[in-house]
Amino acid sequence: MSSIKGLGGRLYTGETSFNIVGNAKRWYVVSALFTLLSIGALALQGLHLGIEFKGGSAYTFTSTTATVEEARTAVEGAGISSELIVQKVGDTKIRVQTGSLTNAQSDAVESVIVSTFGVSAESIDTQIIGPSWGKEITKKALYGLIAFLIVIMLFLAMAFEPKMAIAAIIAVVHDVFITVGIYALVGFDVTPATVIGFLTILGYSLYDTVVVFDKVRENTRSITSTSKQTYTQATNLAVNQTLVRSINTSVIALIPVGSILFVGAGLLGAGTLKDLSLALFIGMIVGAYSSIFIAPPVLAQLREKEPAMIALAKRVQARGSAVVNASAPTSASSQVATATMADRRGPRNQPKRKGRK
Amino acid sequence: MSTPNKVVKSSARPGRSLAILALILISLGATSLITDATSVRLGLDLRGGTSVTLQPRASTAGNQVTSEAIDQAVEIIRQRVNSLGVAESEVTAQGSGTNRQIVISVPGENGRRVVDLVGQTAELRFRQVLASGFGIPASADTSTVATPVAGVSEAVNQAFANLNCTSAESLQGTGSDDPASPITACSKDGGTKYILAPAEVLGRQISKASAGIDTQAGSAWSVSLTFNNEGTSAFGQLTARVTSLPEPTNQVAIVLDGIVQSSPRITEAIPSGTAQITGSFTQIEAQDLANVLKYGALPLAFDRGEVQQVSPTLGSEQLDAGLLAGALGLILVTIYSFFYYRGLGIVVTGSLAVAALMIYLLVVVLGEAIGFTLTLAGIAGIIVAVGITADSFVVYFERIRDEIREGRSLRSAVESGWVKARHTILVADAVSIIAAALLYFFAVGSVQGFAFTLGLTTLVDLLVVYIFTKPLMTFMAKLKFFNLGHRFSGVSDKSSGVSRPTASVEA
Repeated sequence: MSSIKGLGGRLYTGETSFNIVGNAKRWYVVSALFTLLSIGALALQGLHLGIEFKGGSAYTFTSTTATVEEARTAVEGAGISSELIVQKVGDTKIRVQTGSLTNAQSDAVESVIVSTFGVSAESIDTQIIGPSWGKEITKKALYGLIAFLIVIMLFLAMAFEPKMAIAAIIAVVHDVFITVGIYALVGFDVTPATVIGFLTILGYSLYDTVVVFDKVRENTRSITSTSKQTYTQATNLAVNQTLVRSINTSVIALIPVGSILFVGAGLLGAGTLKDLSLALFIGMIVGAYSSIFIAPPVLAQLREKEPAMIALAKRVQARGSAVVNASAPTSASSQVATATMADRRGPRNQPKRKGRK
Repeated sequence: MSTPNKVVKSSARPGRSLAILALILISLGATSLITDATSVRLGLDLRGGTSVTLQPRASTAGNQVTSEAIDQAVEIIRQRVNSLGVAESEVTAQGSGTNRQIVISVPGENGRRVVDLVGQTAELRFRQVLASGFGIPASADTSTVATPVAGVSEAVNQAFANLNCTSAESLQGTGSDDPASPITACSKDGGTKYILAPAEVLGRQISKASAGIDTQAGSAWSVSLTFNNEGTSAFGQLTARVTSLPEPTNQVAIVLDGIVQSSPRITEAIPSGTAQITGSFTQIEAQDLANVLKYGALPLAFDRGEVQQVSPTLGSEQLDAGLLAGALGLILVTIYSFFYYRGLGIVVTGSLAVAALMIYLLVVVLGEAIGFTLTLAGIAGIIVAVGITADSFVVYFERIRDEIREGRSLRSAVESGWVKARHTILVADAVSIIAAALLYFFAVGSVQGFAFTLGLTTLVDLLVVYIFTKPLMTFMAKLKFFNLGHRFSGVSDKSSGVSRPTASVEA
């Protein structure tokens, strides 16, 4: 543990520095591969929509003796066979899911369950979704997504810089896309709880990105008045300085979500908790990745196109070639570039005692 | 060590902030005691019950879904549900304007009955009474002669003879009364049963209905109603025809959902389009009847969007699971923060405990004040927000370490780190609150519950960081354990990765 703590200090001073922003292309390729995979999965398999979106009914009842086959036979005997799915949930529960039913059909399913397995009608957990209802929910989720992106973009543009807003939104879209892609690939059920998860990922991913960008802004506040660092280098330093925080935050955020997932999937078997936490769990990991590997490089690229930054890069280049060039943005050779910035920051004017860490 | 070590002036008055916090907690606690809100209001998915979401649509091509119509619909459905006497039933409209859904929640195992009842959106109809009798089956009734009524089929006569209006089922209403054919029906109180002729006047032909005191007949309550043009002629014809007929065929039954709401005797032909129903009404009865007449004319029909029935067993299972997940998450986060931040773990644990207490009190108070109910999705929102709350501490602690790396003393770093961390925390929490607010406004049902608690917890997080965590850090920075950089303090030079000549502990 103490080695990580020591790492935090070295990352802060720039003594140790992962060249994350400089290796942007590598991360873009990784993300592009995942994105392509997501598109492929969505196109070929599509999302496995729960009955909440396509309409249908689900009946869950507790019976220690009932088997899936018995339940299926009984419900089919009631004349229901379209889109019939019968599953065992946990040890003692049977879940019967059907397509859209009329009220009479729905009553028939319930009464056949009551008569076959000797449970009371009140003890059956029922969910009936009208066919038009799912469309309504989908529409609202989409409106929410669009409104969210617009409002957040404006907010970040005001709180930070417009280009930071663009980079943050790109990272968020990236996260949701890949998470949805994973869902399509694995074939998890998409329910309203999943959608809550997806929408929350937006918030989380942005939250992570905001913290990194806050440091970027601090590091680059008066960057053009000096010629010590390029924008890319300053951004990279910020990413490194917030790396420990990013990792800690992700771990701390994943712990409760992981415990919901554990309890939801392990103890309840199915339902709101599992769907929500699964989406969150995947999305948070992708979100943590993008806040480090996607958003800052995109921001750096956007900013480096500005004339002032190009001029700055030239000045730094002229200066840097005279000193060291290990951390120049183009050096993709090493992950860890050491000791190029240490002379400018922190307890900087003091001699380093390497032996003490 | 000299230059950067100046103390940053900020509101470093830990005592005052902590006093404010205590005040907030005490007043929340007092509010909950005063309003008698002693426990969290649980959603139906946590205690069992039935909820139905109804999607309004125009019943005919000519009319539209208006905001007023929805308000009226909520009112009438609320009345119908309340008339069943199930405690803590709720009827609410969710969404905004005309794009609203009506959500009916009924706790416990009585849900099915309510769902069946309110799911029916039958129209109010006026039918001539062809026969009536006591509301019990013919075999048990010696006073009513079971003579078949002419003009109606044998099946209807048989159904009438067997009809038992004292059973609960027959008072639920059928909702399937065909306006073009004769039906059998019970009165609302179950005391009388009827054979009724095909409908002649419809609820939508009523333009106005109100209850008032009839001054001419003493101070008895009566109901006045006004028909539109179509209704005026239909009601005029009906009354002219039946007024001279013998009992009970001179009565006109007002039928809603297959239940006879009232069956006034027609004493004269009424061609004017305004009628008055008199009788021994109490004020409430008169108002109810007026409402039925008014709302029976409601131009809305409803599609059942979603029906959810959760048995109390599943409810308590879900509650346990939610609480277990929350407790597990909190414990693990606490362990992790002690593991990583050592002594500062006390600050994390303390802050999380304060936040948890505040959220609990808020949920209790809001449950009483605005009827907020905690659902499973809401619990998930709170658990997820544990991460956001803990992150505020992570941001702050890392900032403090940064400041120590810059060569500041702990006491100074706590203040200057706060100034920098404050901005990050504010912006990051603002993003989270915006997300929660938008989720809340755009979503329905369970998503709203999640968004509400997520937003609430984020706000509480802001408050706790400002008036608890920061003052506590200021206070702790004065303690030797932290100030001298004990190796378990979490702010030692080693933890921060600082090498400084003056550091004494490990030298």
